[in-house]
Amino acid sequence: MTHYSVFSLLKNTLGGHKGWPRAWRDPEPKARYDVIVVGGGGHGLATAYYLAKNHGITNVAVLERGYLGGGNVGRNTTIVRSNYELPGNTEFYEHSLKLWEGLSQDLNYNVMFSQRSVINLAHSDGQMDAYARRGNRMRINGIDSELLSRDEVREKAPYLSFENARFPIYGGLSQPRGGTARHDAVAWGFARAADLRGVDLIQNCEVTGFIREGGRVTGVETTRGTIMAGKVGLAVAGSTTELTRKVGLDLPIESHVLQAFVSEGLKPMIDQVITFGAGHFYISQSDKGGLVFGGDLDGYNTYAQRGNLPLIEDVMTEGVAMIPALSRLRLLRHWGGIMDMSMDGSPIIDKTPIDGLYLNTGWCYGGFKATPGSGWCFAHTIARDEPSPYNTRLRLDRFARGHTIDEKGSGPVPKKH
Amino acid sequence: MIRLDCPHCGPRDQTEFNYGGDGRIERPGDDASLTAWNDFVYTRDNPRGPHVELWQHTAGCRQWIKVARDTLTHEIIAVGTMGDDIEAKIADPDRGGVEA
Ligand SMILES: Cc1cc2nc3c(=O)[nH]c(=O)nc-3n(C[C@H](O)[C@H](O)[C@H](O)COP(=O)(O)OP(=O)(O)OC[C@H]3O[C@@H](n4cnc5c(N)ncnc54)[C@H](O)[C@@H]3O)c2cc1C
Ligand SMILES: [Zn+2]
Repeated sequence: MTHYSVFSLLKNTLGGHKGWPRAWRDPEPKARYDVIVVGGGGHGLATAYYLAKNHGITNVAVLERGYLGGGNVGRNTTIVRSNYELPGNTEFYEHSLKLWEGLSQDLNYNVMFSQRSVINLAHSDGQMDAYARRGNRMRINGIDSELLSRDEVREKAPYLSFENARFPIYGGLSQPRGGTARHDAVAWGFARAADLRGVDLIQNCEVTGFIREGGRVTGVETTRGTIMAGKVGLAVAGSTTELTRKVGLDLPIESHVLQAFVSEGLKPMIDQVITFGAGHFYISQSDKGGLVFGGDLDGYNTYAQRGNLPLIEDVMTEGVAMIPALSRLRLLRHWGGIMDMSMDGSPIIDKTPIDGLYLNTGWCYGGFKATPGSGWCFAHTIARDEPSPYNTRLRLDRFARGHTIDEKGSGPVPKKH
Repeated sequence: MIRLDCPHCGPRDQTEFNYGGDGRIERPGDDASLTAWNDFVYTRDNPRGPHVELWQHTAGCRQWIKVARDTLTHEIIAVGTMGDDIEAKIADPDRGGVEA
């Protein structure tokens, strides 16, 4: 495999770009692996990479029912941030953000991580106070934050509707180290780096059941035959309960659809990630020029990877309230992905009560930014049979113990997180 | 747009309703175990297929109703009042629901 560098680029430019080898192998599944990771999304691929890199476990397969990166990792609005308040989330997401900061070098793959800042708008005095508190809390935890006055926001984003009668802009809270990354590149970068360390990436391989010996999970049934494993880790996002059902494991998870939208391409207009504070709407501009944005869940259990019209209307209404110029734009595409919504809005990275089975789920709409941190922590949990310092609070039994991590304070109602 | 046939008001758009989640959960008795209470509050079946769920007709009669809906296809399989036996309606070959 080629090491990507300015020299390999030059050499291949001279060769008319016909000499690039494929980025990863396409192996046949072996009969047995030390670890099988189910799900070839960002989290599964990152888990396999860190198993090999941090723990020297390279006899690993990632089993993906479709193609690598075809799930939520290739469907999200690519926002990366760590502006959380509650223990459990703060240390985990900040660890993940630190990994993002070195990720392109680490993977030898340009994930186009762009720390363009994430700005949450405030629309009242009360909201400014709440943001001041949140910003301070972030700083106490070593996470960067900056409270912006109305003029400071206006300087950065003059096109916002500052004098909107219902939702005037009072200022905002910024996380300067937040931003976006190229979602596909994250999947491909982790895939290539894992493959280079010996991990087998097996596509078109759906896990349909588990092999159990004396209660322990010792392998999986797949559409490409039975594959045995020392340990099995699940990282299948919205499909989690369809698999855990097969081993009788009940979870605090509901599957919901989240939609995303992209406009026609524009010249550079939006330099940050900006979120509306009077509803739920977030927007950024991709390097191709399209405005990428989204809002709430559709709000009912679903496994259909497509959304419904009322939510589209809702998202557009909020967008236009925040940036009136959006009303003149044409929408190019919109799509949906199935989210693993947890009962407290926070993720689960843990062993399960079943020997040999490990669980990574509950990402709600925030799992893209978690990709490196999730893989790092899940690999640690699988390799050492105990959580890392960054996921000690993200346990499955926290619900029964009364230690939920409900950042939004909306209770056990997944559609509200 | 999902349309639900409210047993009190007739067919209405989903925007008139508030979603109330899994409708098969039963509240445990006061003396039930902590595990039973944990399951009541936090554990969900989350099927990929037929799902019995609660909706409230907030912009209509304000009644809670039961809906059997396929979470993969959005097909409305059956609709009933809170007192109706929705499981029997699901089993009934002449279902009363309106297509999504
Ligand atoms: C529209 C949208 C916008 C979002 N915006 C953001 C954002 O701005 N910022 C952010 O941080 N997060 C965002 N998210 C959330 C984020 O994308 C997800 O939380 C994250 O991608 C989930 O982890 P993953 O990448 O591993 O999932 P996925 O990419 O979905 O990977 C799971 C994989 O498992 C496979 N699989 C499922 N069942 C099986 C089986 N039985 N056998 C084998 N393979 C199986 C699937 O095919 C899939 O490829 C968004 C999500 C969506 C849908
Ligand atoms: Zn009604």
